[in-house]
Amino acid sequence: MQEKVFEITANTEIAKDVWEIRLKGDTSGMEKPGQFVNLSLPGFFLRRPISVCCVEGQELTLVYKTVGKGTACLSTLQTGTLNVLTGLGNGYDLERAGDAPLLIGGGVGVPPLYELARQLRKCGLPVQVILGFNSVCDVFYEEKFRDLGCDVTVTTVDGSYGLKGFVTDALAGKHYSYYYTCGPMPMLKAVRKQCAGSGEFSLEERMGCGFGACMGCSCKTTEGYKRVCREGPVFRKEELLWEN
Amino acid sequence: MGKLNVNLCGIPLDNPVIPASGTFGYGYEFAQWYDINRLGTFSFKGTTREPRFGNPTPRIAECTGGMLNAVGLQNPGVQAVIGEELPRLQACFHKPVMANISGFSVDEYRDVARALSACEQVGWLEVNISCPNVHGGGMAFGTSPKAAGEVVRAVREVTKKPVIVKLSPNVTSIADMAKACEAEGADAISLINTLLGMRIDLRRKAPVLANTMGGFSGPAVFPVALRMVWQVYEAVKIPVIGMGGVSTAEDVVEMMLAGATAVEVGAANLVNPFASLEIVERLPEVMANCGIESLEDIIGGAHRT
Repeated sequence: MQEKVFEITANTEIAKDVWEIRLKGDTSGMEKPGQFVNLSLPGFFLRRPISVCCVEGQELTLVYKTVGKGTACLSTLQTGTLNVLTGLGNGYDLERAGDAPLLIGGGVGVPPLYELARQLRKCGLPVQVILGFNSVCDVFYEEKFRDLGCDVTVTTVDGSYGLKGFVTDALAGKHYSYYYTCGPMPMLKAVRKQCAGSGEFSLEERMGCGFGACMGCSCKTTEGYKRVCREGPVFRKEELLWEN
Repeated sequence: MGKLNVNLCGIPLDNPVIPASGTFGYGYEFAQWYDINRLGTFSFKGTTREPRFGNPTPRIAECTGGMLNAVGLQNPGVQAVIGEELPRLQACFHKPVMANISGFSVDEYRDVARALSACEQVGWLEVNISCPNVHGGGMAFGTSPKAAGEVVRAVREVTKKPVIVKLSPNVTSIADMAKACEAEGADAISLINTLLGMRIDLRRKAPVLANTMGGFSGPAVFPVALRMVWQVYEAVKIPVIGMGGVSTAEDVVEMMLAGATAVEVGAANLVNPFASLEIVERLPEVMANCGIESLEDIIGGAHRT
């Protein structure tokens, strides 16, 4: 974890209520895909944890959804600087990818998978991606994954774009060595049930600090209590208890 | 440079700044980011006899000027604290640490106090009778002078180390609570723990916190905390540790003028992991600006004007 100041270079809406913000600054310590940053916003006490979508040189790209007052405030910032805690959490483990990894993202669970796909492609691996959204207006980053050379399938719940249904409806016929996923909990549960073999899940939880001090985001695992912000947000399938 | 040192129940502190329990873990993780020996000391995560997972999530909510938490005393239990957490701390912290203890019965408080009192690293016992997030424990002892007195008496019996009682603000008379603790042998009073609060999610039309209610902390509670420190300073002769919304060096000086011998920093650590260190670093400048040569001289100073 490091405290840094980043300059806002762009902030644009790329799908309904989904924004992509580009920041310039010291991106060291954010090499692992699946890590997150914690942004301080003017007028808000707690920081806002947001997963890293892409790190390239000095540029840090984040994609977030405006779900409350904090993220709505963030979407209004076009210039200026942000105080950012960087390099938080443990990311996805690339070494488990095998020869044919599958990435499954739902909604704003998609962004951390983009950096993961970039790195897996850099390793020369073929990468299959399933991106799930509610409707055509929610779809983002399909082309960006294709530009990386990924095999991309898009699903929408209402069938307005791509394959009609859930991400799990796109699993038929796919052969994969390992999977990596991020998305809403019902999707993660469905993925866990329907995907063969093993994989890694990125969890979301309301956080106090984001760096392990407050115990606000604890979860029970097969290896005892863990913090989503510190030991997570990425957990192996075998670690999670899948209660509730 | 002015003198920052104070004396807390016979143990010298290089400065009065103490990260509060529940915002600093068992300390060693912060030592990755800076030398935690630069703090006065810190109060470690509230510890119970058995391991506790705490409350279901979400445990955190935001509000204007602060936050709510309903963590519910998550901790690995006193044996793991002694066997695993304190040895890790020893590698990076060379000062006496404040052991924060909690319980669900007088016996539990006594057992935890006895176990931690035997640890050489522990300088003070901070007895938390004010956690608002657990049922049948914590705050239940902190809202009745009689029950608080029973806990203090039980802890007093098993330790010679200074016993600090951490009080809840969720009472009618904070002075009466402090007096009851003093009468049973408490060496100091720390206050305030969080104020009981809640938020409702407009989309779900349901409480934000899984526990419904939680403890409100952050800069917004500072005036309430300051007022209670003022009242307790006038009610008892033992030292007072002030906390509640402290986030700047100026807040520390204000707390001390109200009567605090030392000052704990809580929620500020969660939004800025360097908050406590930055307060220590800025204190000399604030003292110089206010014409203060020694912090010890200003304790309770505002009562004398």
